[in-house]
Amino acid sequence: MTSPTTVQNSQVQNTQRKYSPLKEFWKSFKKQKAALVASIFIGLLIVIAIIGPYIAPYDPFEPNYNALLEGPSASHLAGTDEYGRDIFSRLIVGAKISLMVSFSAVFLGLILGTILGLISGYFGGWVDKIIMRSCDVLFSFPDLLLAIAIVALLGPGINNVIIAVMIFSVPSFARLVRGATLNAKENVYVEAAQSMGASHVRVLWKHIFPETISELIIFVTMRIGTAILAASGLSFLGLGASPEMPEWGVMLSSGRDYLGTSSHVVIMPGIAIFLTVLAFNLIGDGLRDVLDPKIKNN
Amino acid sequence: MWKYIARRTVEMIPILIVISILTFLFIHFIPGDPARLVAGKDATLEDVENVRHELGLDKPILKQYMDYMKNLVTGELGTSLTTGLPVIDMFKTRFMPSLHLTFLSMFWATLMGLVIGVFSAINKNKWPDYFGMVTAVSGISIPGFWLGLLLIQLFSVQLGLFPTGGLDGFSSYILPSLTLGAGIMSMIARFTRSSMLETLQADFIRTGRAKGLKEHSVIVTHALRNSLISVVTVAGLQFGFLLGGSVVVETVFSFPGMGRLLIDSIAFRDYPVIQSALLLFAFEFILVNLIVDVLYTVLNPKIQLNS
Repeated sequence: MTSPTTVQNSQVQNTQRKYSPLKEFWKSFKKQKAALVASIFIGLLIVIAIIGPYIAPYDPFEPNYNALLEGPSASHLAGTDEYGRDIFSRLIVGAKISLMVSFSAVFLGLILGTILGLISGYFGGWVDKIIMRSCDVLFSFPDLLLAIAIVALLGPGINNVIIAVMIFSVPSFARLVRGATLNAKENVYVEAAQSMGASHVRVLWKHIFPETISELIIFVTMRIGTAILAASGLSFLGLGASPEMPEWGVMLSSGRDYLGTSSHVVIMPGIAIFLTVLAFNLIGDGLRDVLDPKIKNN
Repeated sequence: MWKYIARRTVEMIPILIVISILTFLFIHFIPGDPARLVAGKDATLEDVENVRHELGLDKPILKQYMDYMKNLVTGELGTSLTTGLPVIDMFKTRFMPSLHLTFLSMFWATLMGLVIGVFSAINKNKWPDYFGMVTAVSGISIPGFWLGLLLIQLFSVQLGLFPTGGLDGFSSYILPSLTLGAGIMSMIARFTRSSMLETLQADFIRTGRAKGLKEHSVIVTHALRNSLISVVTVAGLQFGFLLGGSVVVETVFSFPGMGRLLIDSIAFRDYPVIQSALLLFAFEFILVNLIVDVLYTVLNPKIQLNS
């Protein structure tokens, strides 16, 4: 015969087994309709970026002097540019460049900023002071200006854009993680781990870092949008990708001379940048609504 | 209050010194020989040495920095390598248009951001709210250079209402300031909305309504005034965004400001101008942050300045 206590225990175990943070997250996230649509858009964009060169209807680099500055049509969905190149194909192939630049810059900034933030918040003292004052110095330059200064130093080029965007992302990540670390290190379980002799690296990695993840996820998503804007802005200014590359900012920049006669040359890459940044911002908003404890409790 | 301002100003000094070191070292960070880069590929060895001497790169580095600081204090920023004009004179003609553009952008962005934010908050989950927030999230996501080109196409090329670029009277400021302010307007709108929603839940608002105050008075005099504290901070902190954005917007509109000067100088490797422009931008940014800090404390008497 089963005792009531055993039944209760098995119920508790079942409930525990059923609970999954990922499921909980998905349940809340799918209620954020705009963020959900934006996620699908970004998912498709990532697929396009990967398979872009294989599905592009035309060679994005091949000029066609019989089809200069043609408007959108059935044969050229987004029209052609000043060299007769198919804009739609260039946008598809350009998705890879824009996403690669922004993803790598933000992730490098995330790694470096997280390490600095964890060290700064956890150890405090002079280490904290040096790291935070260095961040203050970087914060003294507006983001885009800092990126421009770095590219001015290193010279134009897509790799230098990645470095520039990464450097201006580092202090923001460091400050965010430092704040979360300062909160997390006050927890009893951190004190317990320390008193049991756990190494600093173990405490930081196993007990403090997980506490920063939700804030980092939100911030990374928002930051990717900023990085796309910054990278395309640098390319627009002639400091990023080389003129023949199908990078969205470059396409917009080279098309601006034809704005009066063939506005599609400027409108199409602009729409691509706008929709991608919008999608990342909407996902960031949605994630904040789901993951931010203050908003969640409200 | 003055004590607080003095303390914050003193705190700025180490950061300014570090920034001055960074901008000073700028020319030394350039990969390769800066004198060779400035003199050009075809320059003779003698030309390169002349440039090195002219830039003071042949002196010990500490001496170079001391000279640089001495010159900075006296307003001597060197000579432009492309125009041969003193950098300070170039700044004199470029600085004010940029400042006017930045302030005009900030003015309309704050005004529109507040209006959209308040309307969204008082119409929560109704169509003005949805419209306001769609506008706001779009404003944050739109690339400034694209918006600028679209505005030129519509208002300058098709309607002929404003000049396509350059600086010729007040009308030349309209489109660049709208472009530059769009992002900040959106941030202020979003922030005002959330701040207002929070304030509208407060007890003193309920008390105000219970006392029979008119809704207009509750919203403007009580809720908005309290929300303004955080809105001012956000607006001030976004000033840096305007400084960065002005580089792009001034390029789109061929606007003769500091941002355009910086980009032109980068194109021509005019290092004395780049160095000084970066220093000026950083100084401007730090100064605005100080003003925001002070304004924040003035608006919110609960904050103890000395704490």
